[in-house]
Parts: sequence; structure tokens; C-alpha cells
Amino acid sequence: MVLDVLYFAWVRERIGLGRERVETTAATVADLVAELSAREERYALAFADLKSLRVALDQDLAEFSAPLAGVREVAFFPPMTGG
Amino acid sequence: MAVRVQAEPFDLGAESTAFAAGLRRAGAVVTFTGLVRDNGGALQAMEIEHYPGMTERAIAAMVDEAVTRWSLEDALVIHRYGRLGPQDQIMMVATAAPHRGDAFAAAEFLMDYLKSRAPFWKKELAADGSAWVAAKDEDEAALKRW
Repeated sequence: MVLDVLYFAWVRERIGLGRERVETTAATVADLVAELSAREERYALAFADLKSLRVALDQDLAEFSAPLAGVREVAFFPPMTGG
Repeated sequence: MAVRVQAEPFDLGAESTAFAAGLRRAGAVVTFTGLVRDNGGALQAMEIEHYPGMTERAIAAMVDEAVTRWSLEDALVIHRYGRLGPQDQIMMVATAAPHRGDAFAAAEFLMDYLKSRAPFWKKELAADGSAWVAAKDEDEAALKRW
């Protein structure tokens, strides 16, 4: 499947881009993270501590164990600081 | 009910007046405004990034819940993004209810949720460098009271 993968805040800065299309067979978010981390050092650095990251699937917050079937957009970002 | 996510400044007085003008059964309007705080006096600017699409969606869901839980007559959230200066207005919340208890509670609920569940990220820029504002444990804990 092909996913739109988005990065925000320091995740975007560490990886060096805000959005990319990723061809993957990953079954879950955690699988996708492992796949990206294996690609290049900058991904591994950005995903080094999953506790300091959040993920949204099609713009809804999700768990790293969540399945990717049917998902089109995945976003990774640090805990939010609105208000 | 209205949610606005915008780069432009807003006029707090005009927004508050317009919000209160159309109400029929409300006896209470609460407004809250968040400003760019400059703790040490060294802040040059704050940059606010957000996730277009998810931001509007997440805030609309919070507003819907607040309206249902506290029987609000109306609610408004305006949140800015982009580059802001010290003491600039970042955001405002307004709630209208028949009685003040519900209007205050709904405004606090919305603020707690906006802090930790609306996809905004703040970066502080100072003369000696820049840093992303870290989320606080107490902000996450604040959600538990609701």
C-alpha cells in the first residue's frame, strides 16, 4: 500500500521533511516505524523514543500497535502543546 | 458553534461582543484568552505549527462534547498559528450557558483539551537559540478530572 506520512515539529526537523509518500507492507504503526528507522539514521533518531511521540491515523490519535489496513494518512509528532 | 484556526490576529473585544449578541437563553458568557508568555524577558517570537485538517476536526469534537455535557447555548474557539510576538494573543475560548457554573466548567474543559489534544506545537525563539515547548505532565493529568 502507499501511505501519506506526515511529520510535525521536532520530528519534522529531525527527519528533514514534512510529508512523503511511503510504499509499505507494514501491518501496524510499529512495523512502519521499524521499517522507516531501518532506512536511514535520521529516521532512527526521530523514532528513538516512542514514548515521546504520538501518532495519528487519518487524523485521529491512535496507538503504535494499531493496524494500518485501510489507512491513507499517518502522522508522527511530539505531544501537543496547544492553548 | 464556531472553530477558527487562523494566522491573523483577532479582536478580542469584537469577538466577545459578537459572540454574546446572538444569544437568547444564556445568562452567562465566559471568555478565556491565551497570550504568548515571555518568562525570562528574552523571547523574540513564538512559532506555532499545526496539522491542518486534524486541528479543525479535533477542536470541533471537543466543542461538540462541551456543548452536550454542559448544555451550552454556544461556543467559540479561535486559535492562531504562525509567528507571534511576546504578549500577542494566541487563542480564545468563549462559552455561553444559562448559568455561570456550566460556562466556566466548559471553558476549562476546552482549555485542558486544547492544551494536550489539539495538534499544535509551539517553538520559542530567543536571541540565544530556539526550543520546542515541551508538553507538561500536569497538562496530561488535567484531562483526568473530566
